[in-house]
Amino acid sequence: MKYVDEYRKKDLILSIAEKIKKASDREMVLMEVCGGHTMAIHRFGLNSLLPPNIKLISGPGCPVCVSDQRFIDTAIAFGRLPGIIIATYGDLIRVPGSVSSLEKERAKGSDIRIIYSVLEALEIARQNRDKKVVFPGIGFETTAPATAAAVIQSRQDKIFNFFVLSGHKVMPPVMKTLVEEGVRIDGFIAPGHVTAITGTSIYEELASIYKLGVVVSGFEPVDMMQSVLMLASQIEKGKPAVEVQYRRVVNETGNKVAQNLMKEVFEYRDDRWRGIGMIRESGLKIADHLSKFDAEKQIEVNVGESFEPKGCICGLILRGLKTPVDCPLFARKCTPTDPVGACMVSGEGTCATYYKYRS
Amino acid sequence: MNQTKGNIMLGHGSGGKMMHDLIENVFIKKFNNNILTDQTDSAILNSDLDNIAFTTDSFVIDPVVFPGGNIGKLAVCGTVNDLAVSGAIPAYLSVSFIIEEGFPVEELEKIAESLAAEAQKAGVSVVTGDTKIVNKGKCDKLFINTSGIGFIRKENISIGKGSKVAPGDFIIINGTIGDHGMAVLNARESFNFTIHIESDCASLNHLIKKVTDKHEVKFMRDPTRGGVAAVLNELALKTGFGIEIEEDALPIKKGVKAMCELLGFDPLHIANEGKVIMVVPESDVQSVLEILKNDTLGMESSAIGRIVTEHQGRVVLRNQTGGSRIIDTLSGDQLPRIC
Repeated sequence: MKYVDEYRKKDLILSIAEKIKKASDREMVLMEVCGGHTMAIHRFGLNSLLPPNIKLISGPGCPVCVSDQRFIDTAIAFGRLPGIIIATYGDLIRVPGSVSSLEKERAKGSDIRIIYSVLEALEIARQNRDKKVVFPGIGFETTAPATAAAVIQSRQDKIFNFFVLSGHKVMPPVMKTLVEEGVRIDGFIAPGHVTAITGTSIYEELASIYKLGVVVSGFEPVDMMQSVLMLASQIEKGKPAVEVQYRRVVNETGNKVAQNLMKEVFEYRDDRWRGIGMIRESGLKIADHLSKFDAEKQIEVNVGESFEPKGCICGLILRGLKTPVDCPLFARKCTPTDPVGACMVSGEGTCATYYKYRS
Repeated sequence: MNQTKGNIMLGHGSGGKMMHDLIENVFIKKFNNNILTDQTDSAILNSDLDNIAFTTDSFVIDPVVFPGGNIGKLAVCGTVNDLAVSGAIPAYLSVSFIIEEGFPVEELEKIAESLAAEAQKAGVSVVTGDTKIVNKGKCDKLFINTSGIGFIRKENISIGKGSKVAPGDFIIINGTIGDHGMAVLNARESFNFTIHIESDCASLNHLIKKVTDKHEVKFMRDPTRGGVAAVLNELALKTGFGIEIEEDALPIKKGVKAMCELLGFDPLHIANEGKVIMVVPESDVQSVLEILKNDTLGMESSAIGRIVTEHQGRVVLRNQTGGSRIIDTLSGDQLPRIC
């Protein structure tokens, strides 16, 4: 398959692995920010191909995992109201809120539907004018433009029973927060699809102020290995810079259309990340001039109190400070069938990935 | 019922004339055989062998018509295959319909027609059945239950249990994986993908018989819901041995692979309806593959792995990059990744 097979060639991967070994023997900790990267590393067993001086840690780039209890609790509360349809991406439905999940609520009778694109939520709204359709928007700069486009579309088509519960977040603040909190990171494998939207300028500060290398990477094994090689070379030379490995998708300026959509529809706000806490200007809310599409503004609901599960170390895992095997709940009380923390729910979650590919 | 237009009404399930006409016109006519036309409450079956295999399955697929088949064809294939992979020769089927009020009779006829055609192809007779109509909204269009009876020789009884499986045996599949699940998903959801994927839905009893007539097959199972991963995990647990699969050897259609990549699905977890996993001794691998490949239902057959003494009770996949990973059964529904 084009764009896949050529990036999974064994000989090529092994030859890059050899080059990585020669590039540097310094101890280094590289954070793969994106959940998709974590998946690829485990699926293709890339860790076993890296020399012992290079350690990869997983970052907070799984959108489902960083959505906090409050967000899930709010979606659940909306779902319990009469006349509401929750239209959600599939992997959100199993995420545990404080006491329930959307999946459990669906079995109890809430009208919760799985969609693959936000535009389907819009379609559901169009066909159910007597109902209110709430779309819990999650994801980073990758999915936020699609949500923005749906809001613009619903304004244009006068679909006023479509509402967004925004849990959208942006990447740069959390990356900076981790560095400022003192997590040891010597370089970032930066998310390819986020950067396809934003362009590379969002990482400049990390290189110039924090002196950390950033390589924007694709998601196939050859991409990942090449990105590690580029970072190892940067670190060896002591010249941190922002580089793009994922040239076939990412350019420096990003996608202007998507950026403009986001600017029109969203405003930054301080936002809570599961297990990490409040991070300044790290979340996206629906802009005031479009508040008629903002579920939180338009639909009154009593959410109740939210709290975090006991014993779950999702927060430390999302910060790259611990790995899932350090967690007493991992693979015992917390499994993909009955997840305690969100990192076990999404296919991209660090815990789910470790569970699935454990050996 | 003279007309084939119109919709199913609650009256069609009343037990009265409407129901009688519906059964007469839509079902009996199509599944026609002596035992069924007797219309007794229970079918009396002839047997000239010692052991009878009996199975049942319900079909609740959405959409009821999908590329490569429909719920009627599927209801035959599913039950025929359950018998065939147990080592039995499928012979008789029962068919029960639960129909939602408002379902178009014309569509029901088409489904019954392809059910009948598939039964004929598989060489099984539909000998008893039932029809219930439920209020609109109480079921999703049409549910079908089929039960099947087959005859099984004593020497084949161990096939379903896998009790003769031993390290060194090879695992063979008769073609590409994930076709059915992805065809149905693609038909159900509004992806607007331009690719066309057909379900592999097919009765495998003739193909299987060709192999079992000539070779010792130590284990067989059709990888339906839960996919190849579920069957192999069950076998690993059942036997206590490990299983190693080669990623390179897995036959997967381009379109299925592409859809899986896009949605974040693993083809090993996707349902098949025309596939059989066989475990055969090493000495028989080439000859079994040859038989399979000479049949239209086995042209892309492949030896995908083997039974090993290592990693007991687990299924391990060796990937193209030289790494390996454990293949688990799926916990619940496979959920698409968001980005």
